[in-house]
Amino acid sequence: MSKNLRINNKQFIDETRKLSFIFNGKKLYGYKGDTLASALLSNDIHLVGRSFKYHRPRGIMTSGSEEPNAILQIGNDDALTEPNVRATEIELYDGLICNSQNCWPSVKFDIGGINNFLSPLLPAGFYYKTFMWPASFWEKYEYFIRKSAGLGKSPTKQDPDMYDHRYMHCDILIIGGGVSGLIAAKIASDDNKKVLLLEDKELLGGSLIYDDNDISKIDNQKSSEWLKKLIENIKNDKNIVIKTRTSLAAYHNYNFLLARQNLTDHLSVNDRNNKIRQRLYKIRAKKVIISTGAIERPQVFHNNDRPGIMLASAVKKYIDYYGVRCGLENVIFTNNDSAYETALSLHKSGTKLNAIVDIRNNSSSEIVNKVKSLGIQIYWNHTIVNTKGYKRINKVTIMKLNDKGNDVIGKKIELNCDCLAISGGWTPMVHLFTQSGGKLKFDNKDNIFVPDKTNLNQLSIGSAKGDFELDDVLKNSIKDTKKFLQIENSNFDKIDIQCSKENEKKNIWLLPSDKPLSKTKPFLDYQNDSTAKDIKLALREGFKSIEHVKRYTTTGMGTDQGKLANMHALGIVADTTNTNMGDLGTTTFRPPYTPLTFGTIVGRNVGQFFDIFRKTPMHDWHVDNNAKFENVGQWKRAWYYPKNSETMHDAVQRESKAARESCGILDASTLGKIDIQGTDANEFLNRVYTNAWSKLQIGKCRYGLMLNEDGMVYDDGVTTKLGENHYLMTTTTGGAANVMSKLEDYLQTEWPELDVFLTSVTDHYATASVCGPNAKKIINKIFKDLDLSDESFPHMSFKEVKLGNINCRVMRISFTGELSYEINVEASYGKYIWEKCIEAGKEFNITPYGTETMHLLRAEKGFIIVGQDTDGTMTPVDLQMDWIISKKKYDFIGKRSLYRSDTVREDRKQLVGLLTDDPNEILEEGAQIVKDENKKPVNMLGHVTSSYFSPTLKKSIALAVLKEGKKLKGQKLLVPMIDKTIKVTVSDTVFLDKENERING
Amino acid sequence: MFLINCPYCGERDQSEFVSGGEAHIARPKQPTELNDDQWAEYLFMRKNIKGIQFERWNHAHGCRKWFNVARDTSNDKIEKIYKMGEQPPKL
Ligand SMILES: [Zn+2]
Repeated sequence: MSKNLRINNKQFIDETRKLSFIFNGKKLYGYKGDTLASALLSNDIHLVGRSFKYHRPRGIMTSGSEEPNAILQIGNDDALTEPNVRATEIELYDGLICNSQNCWPSVKFDIGGINNFLSPLLPAGFYYKTFMWPASFWEKYEYFIRKSAGLGKSPTKQDPDMYDHRYMHCDILIIGGGVSGLIAAKIASDDNKKVLLLEDKELLGGSLIYDDNDISKIDNQKSSEWLKKLIENIKNDKNIVIKTRTSLAAYHNYNFLLARQNLTDHLSVNDRNNKIRQRLYKIRAKKVIISTGAIERPQVFHNNDRPGIMLASAVKKYIDYYGVRCGLENVIFTNNDSAYETALSLHKSGTKLNAIVDIRNNSSSEIVNKVKSLGIQIYWNHTIVNTKGYKRINKVTIMKLNDKGNDVIGKKIELNCDCLAISGGWTPMVHLFTQSGGKLKFDNKDNIFVPDKTNLNQLSIGSAKGDFELDDVLKNSIKDTKKFLQIENSNFDKIDIQCSKENEKKNIWLLPSDKPLSKTKPFLDYQNDSTAKDIKLALREGFKSIEHVKRYTTTGMGTDQGKLANMHALGIVADTTNTNMGDLGTTTFRPPYTPLTFGTIVGRNVGQFFDIFRKTPMHDWHVDNNAKFENVGQWKRAWYYPKNSETMHDAVQRESKAARESCGILDASTLGKIDIQGTDANEFLNRVYTNAWSKLQIGKCRYGLMLNEDGMVYDDGVTTKLGENHYLMTTTTGGAANVMSKLEDYLQTEWPELDVFLTSVTDHYATASVCGPNAKKIINKIFKDLDLSDESFPHMSFKEVKLGNINCRVMRISFTGELSYEINVEASYGKYIWEKCIEAGKEFNITPYGTETMHLLRAEKGFIIVGQDTDGTMTPVDLQMDWIISKKKYDFIGKRSLYRSDTVREDRKQLVGLLTDDPNEILEEGAQIVKDENKKPVNMLGHVTSSYFSPTLKKSIALAVLKEGKKLKGQKLLVPMIDKTIKVTVSDTVFLDKENERING
Repeated sequence: MFLINCPYCGERDQSEFVSGGEAHIARPKQPTELNDDQWAEYLFMRKNIKGIQFERWNHAHGCRKWFNVARDTSNDKIEKIYKMGEQPPKL
């Protein structure tokens, strides 16, 4: 270190722990307690990046989350690297590797810097205007933009870190551990409230904790000393849970908040092993106190963005907290008293302060008088008109302001400096307040927006509500907290505070220069390079709403969400349009307040925990027998069981053939099952299904179709009458939960008079479905005493039998068209009964088949699958299922809609069969059907919904929905594909066994 | 994320509930008597007002009961919760 920038013996820096880090390939050193920014500054590094549009050199500007420039790429590992990390927020750790982002090939020589000289060609709306036209040029622009611009790089490998979520509940949540938050926490705790206190920094205390001037006193002690005692007290308070390094991400309605805690980001990489990196707290608070403080504003003047130009409060913090001088030749430029605290800190640390430039005419407050008494040169009623120094500021030029403050007069004065500390006043951090739905009001005295109305049980205190001076902050925080918590007395009631009081205020949103505005670069949004000129241009071009101005100029749209820029943008709009700032409104601050990693948002819900999956009791058997699975809703269903090197097609052809020629077995456990009981159960079924249920006898099953009230098919399935007032309804696998909700809804809200109870029993029973010509023989082997004759046990009937101690419900129902039995047992016996069937079926070559074969078999029979052959726009009439609509019933769900003018149209899309002229050509599901492919635009008549190659019929078959399909039977149509056009003929929907003879074996 | 005071279970997080749209739209007792316009009115037409809206909510991941909620759509404040079959409150 050539320059003497580090001031020793600072309490917050551990000089016994020297840490090394690498910035842009160069090894540097800092200490435990540093942020990356303070460590860089102690190495005399200001220049850390380039601006987004003009690629101007930019330096560290702040000491907090509002930092627009010092955003770096941390780490160089493909999985762990993180872009857009603010150097002002990340704590230094040993071995940290970081790089500048927005520069190429290097931060010191950046080819994009040429944009700076082209800047007259790059005004506001540049991106909109330029890249819109001509559209075909976009690819060329894109290459150039991606190469030369852009923020950091995303990691390319999976995030190996562990993240966590936790719910928290509290009486009082306090956001911000500065002095007002700490006082509020103590008052709440003394009233026996459970307090959760969040602080985004490592240490509590906010800016007062490193306050080192002799003017501010609390109870006759130095304010920082008084605060340290309060912190010790709070740390030992059992009512207060403190979470540090925890920043609030989002404030939602009903006091539901998200906060992110950094657990390992401050540790060296080797110390992080197997520790949770970040934790997301989901907080529900009875009351919330916002004490997030304020951030300092810059001032807006020509060339106000050079490295070395920093906020005055940041310069002070780097000296008083981190023990780092930001420069050896300092100039302060201010419009208010707070920058004089920076002057005192510079003086006290023995750092040279060349001058203070103040736009006010004078000030005689205690703190200003003290600075005057030190003999420091103050230029009153002066402004900076220009700065010099490309990669680091080296001079400022100042001139006197005229009476109106809208022009400069007199001679130019040049001052040397390598650090310019600027202050334009303070902005309360109202972001969280507005995120929670709060409305702001404008305070003309301080030119700030402050919290006004809120619907939530919530309070803003301290500088977050617009109190800036120590006595106001403390006394109002105490008073407001007591009122908010309905407390009469507190231990702070007799607090005695001494501090300097500001008595002169002056604010100029855009400072005048000796040059015309068009020749200057007064930056507002440093990250997006928008200047005061851009705002004025947007207004001239007719943008009036502040939201439009923001989007057109991109002001406030960077990763910092314009924390520094917004107030000046508003001020310049108000001045230019002669509007009161309060009438302009503000732009909306959206969550997250500071960026969140995706890892934090998803927490543990990654990999196999990403979504719940449900397995049937036979799942392990399927796995052992090489099943491939498909997801159906949350279920894992066996899809097909390839043998040796079989493809899916081969396996499905084999499984289908086996089921038709001998015997197949399907795990049907996933079908939704609803147990229906009650004296009105039969009436209930009559109302929810389209067909009639009154005559169904005990022991019999019936297929039912359920509609929505709009007449469209909703679900289908077989319902069995188990007893006089007892039914078992089955639903589709995917529709089970929705059907259950829908039925409950009708029962509770439309027909509360019905005596019906519904219980979901999907998970209670496992189902093995055995089908094929040999099914009866297999069932007979298992249930030797069961009479399986067609007379005793016909199709669509049910019997209850015992297998040892196991109660079995056997239904003779079929979805394949084959003779078929479904055995339902309690879930815990599911695998047992399945293996029993496999064993009994061995001599018949029983073949397990999956959902794909099931789909093929039912398609051969023209049975629909709700959700595949229907899409919420198909009525039963469209499906050619008129037979299932009862003519006798007065009403059922959806009945009235079946004769709306739209549903009786004859040219609706209707379900048909399709046969390809080439029997080996298999259509693609989803393919469009047309009559004439030459006439453009091509009129699309419908699409293929199901398509298979039938091994039994030895040809391709398909179901489709087709406009006026019923009338088109026998017609030749076309299915155009990307490389060919397939000729098809419209057919009946039943392809196999039209006489339904296979059902009896 | 609302807190909803289920009349059967007490205060629970919104994630346990589903909304069922506008309340107090009774299914016509004799749908066949209605012409297309009247049926469409029942089937499709729903209010979307700024202010107090009466709506149905279901404690889907709890007791599965349906109930009514009077919610101010401008700020999501729940003014009143009352059971199915009860008349909407005067607000
Ligand atoms: Zn409930």
